[in-house]
Amino acid sequence: MHAALVQFKPRKGDLDANLDAMRAVFEQLAPTGTELIVFPEAALTGYFLEGAVYELALDAPSLARAVDEEWRATGATRAVDIVVGFYENAGGTFHNSAMYLRAGGPERARIVHVHRKMFLPTYGVFDEERFLTRGRRLAAFESAFGPAAMLICEDAWHAIMPTVAALKGARLLIVPSASPGRGICGDGELESNARWKSILAAAASEHGVYVLYAGLTGFEGGKGMSGNTCAFSPRGDLLASAGPLDPCIVRVQLDPNEVDLARATIPLLGDLSAVLPDLWLDEEIPVTRRIEERT
Amino acid sequence: MNAQTSLPVIETPLDEPSLAIDPELTARWLEAFLRDEMVERRGIGRAILGLSGGIDSALVAYLCARALGPQNVYAIRMPYKTSSPSSLSDAQRVVDALGINCETIEISDAVDGYLAHAPDADARRKGNVMARMRMLVLFDQSARRNALPVGTGNKTERLMGYFTWHADDTPPVNPIGDLFKTQVWALARHLGVPNEVVDKPPSADLEANQTDEGDLGITYAKADRILNLILFGYKDPAIVARGFSESEVGLVRRRVDATHWKRHLPTTALVSGTAINEFYLRPVDF
Repeated sequence: MHAALVQFKPRKGDLDANLDAMRAVFEQLAPTGTELIVFPEAALTGYFLEGAVYELALDAPSLARAVDEEWRATGATRAVDIVVGFYENAGGTFHNSAMYLRAGGPERARIVHVHRKMFLPTYGVFDEERFLTRGRRLAAFESAFGPAAMLICEDAWHAIMPTVAALKGARLLIVPSASPGRGICGDGELESNARWKSILAAAASEHGVYVLYAGLTGFEGGKGMSGNTCAFSPRGDLLASAGPLDPCIVRVQLDPNEVDLARATIPLLGDLSAVLPDLWLDEEIPVTRRIEERT
Repeated sequence: MNAQTSLPVIETPLDEPSLAIDPELTARWLEAFLRDEMVERRGIGRAILGLSGGIDSALVAYLCARALGPQNVYAIRMPYKTSSPSSLSDAQRVVDALGINCETIEISDAVDGYLAHAPDADARRKGNVMARMRMLVLFDQSARRNALPVGTGNKTERLMGYFTWHADDTPPVNPIGDLFKTQVWALARHLGVPNEVVDKPPSADLEANQTDEGDLGITYAKADRILNLILFGYKDPAIVARGFSESEVGLVRRRVDATHWKRHLPTTALVSGTAINEFYLRPVDF
């Protein structure tokens, strides 16, 4: 399977211009046989919106229609799977969400899954929970590659999130992100980007999953979204990586057999499945106590 | 193992967040910042800056020339009659090296015209008048040339409050405001800023024989490390443990704590549920 990860540079707050830019990407990719196209977090608006999020958030069906129209406008007749990060208006509750959409083809567009970001960073330069509500569920769903899960930006920084996704069956993790670059004492790479790569590589190799990361790029009020669009194999090897600054497309080939081989060679996920009940029922873990208190 | 032999011990030094920079990575990041914030967001491809002959404005001139092309950079030299002649010649070295545009506009008449009405003004007030006059000239020249004023204040002076409020800090974009002075030196050397500019003692050049380090009472090399530790949340004893005297740490911390107001917009009385930047929240680039 071929996936294309789009390092996207939106115009702040300009939905129409960004949909036009999305169509230009579709026109480039439609003839290539790419089956999955991944855009970053907040791709259609830019990331830092503050109170303007209430003006720009879309409901999922409206976004699905708009993206589907852009794909069909290329003249492509085949279906394609598209992931796009967006600010979601869910009946007056606002989320930082990512949609997995099956667009084009003979049938109507179908929303396969919407993941609502669970870990909303609200520290330092980040202020998400001031404006947004946390998602409550991490689910695996059936993607073009098989079982997959989406994690948005900080979701992926918590090791338990890829772990839960893998335990739920995900063989592919899709990570739309908008990461303000920081740390310039590194060796040719921003420290924040190097940290991202180490986190993603660890998730891929521990659980034997492909990890596809699509990063926003471009400066927003002095904060530079740091690109870093990249892909990791189920062994944790870096397959491809873009730089921090310029829009581009990273094309990746995914082979389901690689997941099987990685898991067969180092069966950490299987080991975890066996031991997890003992860990989870440990009375010293606060979450266990809370569940008991609720029941 | 022989019980008499002692094992080799691997000692770790006391950890400290690094101030080292990867200069090429930093330069490319700041050039992208200038292009995005000026050309793409504001639609302005020309930069204008006050070129003092010091390292901060020299570095910004180099970054602007790389980001926008030297033909799109306008350097304004704004000497007062007591300014050091070497400031003018050092600024000229930068202009010649880069091939940027340059104009010299004396501020002596304008400054003295006001100061004639303020005979009691001391050196500090006169320095502030000069700084604010330069801001006035820079913004007027910006309108004349349809060029965006670019700021040249570094992180050290911003944290120490070592600048004139609503003067040096007024340009709408600043590529070096998150770089400590020692990082400015490292980046300037990497980009080839003339040695005469990089190596001379930094000075606001508002008075004869003035130096920044004399004014501040501490070297930049020490101040930057102390500031960095303060920003990372280290308490005074932990900073002292890293090789500084209590008086050095106290001096820097007092300057930071006394000048938070200089790093904010004016304090506005809140009387509604729609107060700007309190309830009505929009990003600067929306």
